[in-house]
Amino acid sequence: MAQEIRNYTMNFGPQHPAAHGVLRLVLEMDGETIVRADPHVGLLHRGTEKLAESKPFNQSIGYMDRLDYVSMMCNEHAYVRAIENLMGIEAPERAQYIRTMFDEITRILNHLMWIGSNALDLGAMAVFLYAFREREELMDCYEAVSGARMHATYYRPGGVYRDLPAQMPQYRESPWHKGKDLKRLNSWREGSMLDFLDAFTADFPSKVDEYEELLTNNRIWKQRTVGIGVVSPELAQQWGMTGAMLRGSGVAWDLRKKQPYAKYAEMDFDIPLGVNGDCYDRYLVRVEEMRQSNRIIQQCVKWLRANPGPVMLKNFKVAPPSRVEMKDDMEALIHHFKLFTEGYGVPAGETYAAVEAPKGEFGCYLVSDGANKPFRVHLRAPGFAHLSSIDTVVKGHMLADVVAMIGTYDLVFGEVDR
Amino acid sequence: MTDTQDTSLAGRLAARFGDTLAIRVERNETIAEVRPADLIAVATALRDEAPFRFGQLIDLCGIDYLGYGQSEWETNTAGGEGFSRGVEGEAMGRFAWANRPRAGHDPRRFAAVMQLLSIEHNHRLRLRVFCEDDTLPVMPSVTGIWAGSNWFEREAFDLYGILFEGHPDLRRILTDYGFVGHPFRKDFPLIGNVEVRYDAEQKRVVYEPVSIEPRVLVPRTIRDDADLLQAQAEAADDWRRN
Repeated sequence: MAQEIRNYTMNFGPQHPAAHGVLRLVLEMDGETIVRADPHVGLLHRGTEKLAESKPFNQSIGYMDRLDYVSMMCNEHAYVRAIENLMGIEAPERAQYIRTMFDEITRILNHLMWIGSNALDLGAMAVFLYAFREREELMDCYEAVSGARMHATYYRPGGVYRDLPAQMPQYRESPWHKGKDLKRLNSWREGSMLDFLDAFTADFPSKVDEYEELLTNNRIWKQRTVGIGVVSPELAQQWGMTGAMLRGSGVAWDLRKKQPYAKYAEMDFDIPLGVNGDCYDRYLVRVEEMRQSNRIIQQCVKWLRANPGPVMLKNFKVAPPSRVEMKDDMEALIHHFKLFTEGYGVPAGETYAAVEAPKGEFGCYLVSDGANKPFRVHLRAPGFAHLSSIDTVVKGHMLADVVAMIGTYDLVFGEVDR
Repeated sequence: MTDTQDTSLAGRLAARFGDTLAIRVERNETIAEVRPADLIAVATALRDEAPFRFGQLIDLCGIDYLGYGQSEWETNTAGGEGFSRGVEGEAMGRFAWANRPRAGHDPRRFAAVMQLLSIEHNHRLRLRVFCEDDTLPVMPSVTGIWAGSNWFEREAFDLYGILFEGHPDLRRILTDYGFVGHPFRKDFPLIGNVEVRYDAEQKRVVYEPVSIEPRVLVPRTIRDDADLLQAQAEAADDWRRN
């Protein structure tokens, strides 16, 4: 007897924990096999680019944090570099080192979030808890330097907002931090932020070993990731993939090496490459990137300790004068007033500035007509390009592999939807 | 090849494409402009030919050039009216949907800008295509050349209403289901035109005209003379010393 079998359509998300935010994925399925995947994005669209057009340049730096909200400072870096390009200014050397260091801190923050949530999606609960332990330490660096744990607005055109703190804030006794735990936390925080980072970077590789212990040779982890979501180098280029998605397929491309910005040209680090282009290779690439970031932070700390100096340009057209100067200098007061009411004009022209964000190439295309507000800002988010390829990549995979794939794309909808 | 031949990317582009491309170099970035009719041929050549090999389309975005270079702050004359003399111009924060400005017919209003990257040669190119008609902006789709342009073109269509001929699936992508208008156009108000709320009586979400007033806190100002000249002068002697 002939029986009619039809494909059926399934909604994955937007309220699904493995959808990493607000992804509505309409899946056409044949049994448990994917025939077609149609992602509906935009549920988190806030019109960041349009909002930026209505504000002076500096007021939009905070919006950049909110795009990819797990790699905040890298987004700021792209935007700030675009403005600096157009104005033809360059941040002081110490600011460049601070930026390099915080870009790498951000990379570790992002990869910790990724390893935790990806493992959680694929059924390994514990990694998440381990990863957040170290994330907390680095969040403290964000807080110490900018006052905010996530949305820092720390990078400014012409440098960074302020120098690194001479004293790392300590934990006070509370129901959550007490006894031996409190003592351990505070033993790293006795000196400056650089001392804290010294202690952190000395310890961090052993923490990466812990995550690897849980996953790298884990049979279930390998069953869920090896040979899943294979992206060939040709496919990766066709779909505009960058970052770990491209390097996982064996293409040696990293903006930090190929088109160095900030102080990456002076740093000694390696670029890990995958071989097979599957989820497991991308996992290995990202884990190794954490170790390499750790190396870069160490080099930056060493330099920053030895070389004090200004972290912001002394040009009052872009950077505010100090409070002290404002008290007795009329010019400084005027500059301050102008800067915070009207902002500064940026010479007419256009530029595209890209940084190697943890997820891939994050770019900022900036058009100015000479006004104090941008004429057009376009933010090139790596996640947007990556997600657009999902239909091609998951076709023929099982439903459970879609979850692995979304995890390995390292999606954050703040940047996909903008 | 002779030694005098220009081997920069701009030089190679000029030698290969001649008048088809308008090329300029700004701040070490190569920018080329191409007519919509030539786009497919040029893009295919850029991807496949050995001196270019732009294997990746990194980004594609729309631009609306309406009101480019327009300042809202007129300070040439002194007067007793104070701040209100700044309320000029048609910035998108200043109007609501009902009284949005009607654009004049500027034939070069909409453009799509592509950022191309060659991994092989480690160079970048910005390719700009102006649509020929601003009431119905149309250009060919490059999805057949770079598959990754699919969503970028959908975004440009959604936000600017640029139609990409030959796109396999030109739907809205970022805006709401059933959205009306193209929100990133310069004549689309910043406050939008509808707002949503949950109606307890009807027990569903309802759409209503926006209730907020348009307002601008900081006017758009272009000071093309004094400020920039001074900044450049300071750049020359101050900034490098940092």
